[in-house]
Amino acid sequence: MSSLNLGKRRRMNRFVVARTLPYIILSLIGMLFLLPLLWLLFASLDQNATLALKLPSAFTLDNYVSTVTNTDNQKSFGNGLILAVGQALLVVVVAGLASYPLSRYQLKYKRSFMYIILFATGLPITAVMVPVYQFFIYFRMQDSLFFTVLFLTASALPYSIWMMKNFMDSVPLELEEAAWVDGASIWTTLRLVIVPLMLPGIFTVGIFAFAGSWGNFLVPFILLQSPDKLPAAVTIYQYFGQNGLVQYGTLASFSIIYTIPAVALYIIGQRYMSQGFSFGGANKG
Amino acid sequence: MEVSHPRVSKPKRHGSGEQWRAALFLSPSWLLLLLFFFVPTILTFYFAFTNMALTGATAAKTEFIGFENFKYMFQDANFRTSVWNTLIFLIFSAVIGQQVMGFIIAVMMNGRKQWFRSVIGSIVIAGWVAPEVVCAFVWFAFLNDTGTVNTVIESLGMKPIAWLYTFPMVSVIIANIWHGTAFSMMVFQAALGDVPKEVEESAMIDGASAWQRMIRITLPMIMGSVTTNMVLVTLQTLGSFTLIYALTGGGPGMATETLPIYMYHQAFVNYQLGYGTAISLMLLVIGIVASLLYMRMLKVKL
Repeated sequence: MSSLNLGKRRRMNRFVVARTLPYIILSLIGMLFLLPLLWLLFASLDQNATLALKLPSAFTLDNYVSTVTNTDNQKSFGNGLILAVGQALLVVVVAGLASYPLSRYQLKYKRSFMYIILFATGLPITAVMVPVYQFFIYFRMQDSLFFTVLFLTASALPYSIWMMKNFMDSVPLELEEAAWVDGASIWTTLRLVIVPLMLPGIFTVGIFAFAGSWGNFLVPFILLQSPDKLPAAVTIYQYFGQNGLVQYGTLASFSIIYTIPAVALYIIGQRYMSQGFSFGGANKG
Repeated sequence: MEVSHPRVSKPKRHGSGEQWRAALFLSPSWLLLLLFFFVPTILTFYFAFTNMALTGATAAKTEFIGFENFKYMFQDANFRTSVWNTLIFLIFSAVIGQQVMGFIIAVMMNGRKQWFRSVIGSIVIAGWVAPEVVCAFVWFAFLNDTGTVNTVIESLGMKPIAWLYTFPMVSVIIANIWHGTAFSMMVFQAALGDVPKEVEESAMIDGASAWQRMIRITLPMIMGSVTTNMVLVTLQTLGSFTLIYALTGGGPGMATETLPIYMYHQAFVNYQLGYGTAISLMLLVIGIVASLLYMRMLKVKL
């Protein structure tokens, strides 16, 4: 009787351990992932920030104020915006146009085109940066925000076209056909039927492109030289990478402001993405 | 009975001129891709066989030198070191680190309370969403002589360690795991979500232990996601530049000099563009092989 009880209790204990152990381990992993970020947050609110994690002696927004009011910083955020917004807009328009025939028409070269696109998606952009630089030098395109945007657009096109085509595939053809019967032109159906129905997809592609360019360090680092053309990514590196004297608090606030758009877009993008997926699912059913 | 309409049977009205319209719609992307993506990629194959330099005598007069760059490359001890570093970095940070870590987190999260999953998931994803330069800065601070890790160590009565100098490779690997794990975690979460509950439950009734269920049932069922994720993560890590460059600059010495960083140093610091391109060609070839593998695995339906 008592041995039976003991066995039961042992089984119960094992059950409790099996239930709680994942919570404990995951909490520990979560802590390890959180600590480096926590430092960034605390340092940005601390006037006398050091490199060690500590609660600010007195919470202050001074770091943020001085980061935002600094004209050099404004310039680098502006440059980052020019690159990211320019790229996102171009990518959406160019990939959107390309995806229409790829989704709707029977084309002889469609298969090979899609394969080339998929293949290019996998290539590491780092591997082409040296020849791209030579190419830019040869045609005198270096140190230009405009041509950097064009290169960023091209490098984002493969996966954007791929995504955009998938989104367009999930727009039912019947709606378009109905509009054609009513006498609408291709352009009108595109504008009035497809684009509104594809908005989640368009936003997703645009957000991906924006985030990719906003966080990109290597491309502007190699293709741009003038200090007044460098985006925030390169500026952060120059602050902590080379200069001996660093105001850690200001740099932390700069980093946080620079990170906010990426986080915000991720959150917005997730909403649109799930909408896009459910849209595709509804169409299938 | 209703007949489903395949894409082919659409009104003839728009059939004429379809090819022309398609060409028109595709032309901007063709132009951009050709000019800014494929031309530089093809140029890689040419420049790699030249002695092109940024400064000096060969800057003005670039010549075709055949396989000289590659002959030099295979005698270059620094090149061998960077290949070795790339392999170590790739295997420990991507193949093992991010995948195993992502897998463990995803498995343990399976079946936990929703609020707990959200909290842990958000923390892990935050490190992934943050731009690479910020990640580098955060880890520069975390591992610094006076950083958080050393403050903890000192408070335990031990001597602080100059992590980025004493264990540079370990440092960049850990930073990269921190930055990249979320991607694998999300892939595995989605894959585990697709495993039908009934299969696991019936195995449980048959008396299979948690470990047996994992090895015999769950893992085989998500094997597709595991391999796809492996190739994707490998490709991403292969081209990884920013995190290492901003954190250690490839140093101290050659300690964290991976291929992308060696390529950068040869091309832009030593001004040997031709040799730098030869190194990028090696990267490109590895990328092409991985990319082809990836396409095979996806078995895409067009």
